[in-house]
Amino acid sequence: MKLELRFFASLREGLGLSGESIAAPPEVKTIADLRGHLVQRGNPWAEVLASGKVIRCALNQEMVSDSTALVEGAEVAFFPPVTGG
Amino acid sequence: MQKDFIHIQKADFDLTTEVKALRKDDPRVGAVVTFLGTVRDMNDGSQVRGMTLEHYPGMTEKSLEEIITQARGRWDLYKTLVIHRVGPLLPEDQIVLVAVTSAHRGEAFAACEFIMDYLKTAAPFWKKEETPQGSKWVDARVTDDTAMARWN
Repeated sequence: MKLELRFFASLREGLGLSGESIAAPPEVKTIADLRGHLVQRGNPWAEVLASGKVIRCALNQEMVSDSTALVEGAEVAFFPPVTGG
Repeated sequence: MQKDFIHIQKADFDLTTEVKALRKDDPRVGAVVTFLGTVRDMNDGSQVRGMTLEHYPGMTEKSLEEIITQARGRWDLYKTLVIHRVGPLLPEDQIVLVAVTSAHRGEAFAACEFIMDYLKTAAPFWKKEETPQGSKWVDARVTDDTAMARWN
């Protein structure tokens, strides 16, 4: 499945990357699967996206939960809890 | 006429000018409530020399539209305005403006507070502060989630 990944704030800095296009393997079906898949790349991914860290995710610019199913061609963003205002 | 204005910008803004524009030619308006957020020079016990605001272009605007839609579902509002600045800011700078017009103050007060509480927990903005110890990303506050939860 083709996905457009986006990273913001401390995650962007930690990864040294604001985004990338990936072709996820067939077993990656949900947000949680995708996070696990990226963690398997090793550091800095494992450290930045570690399972204990509170990370928010948006699918096509809508906030979603870990169990949300991915869709072909989606824009998937990972970021820390928001701190505007 | 109902109308919503959402501006994500680097530039500063003028409260009086914005309120005048929002009220213009709308004699139904009996109440204008505004919230103006400014940059403090202290946060979490540390001096703040300045900060940089990052956001998620596209999603930011969509999430603010959703926030206003929810407010309109709860209260009878005429016009709404949200201005949020991004980029580098200094202590005392204006950072956010929420303004709401309505027939009566009760609806306008509640809607303004709701929009602000919701914005703090759902709109994709992030602050990075410059302190004497170096720069650091601001952690989300539990009190912001608590403030949002009371509307549910």
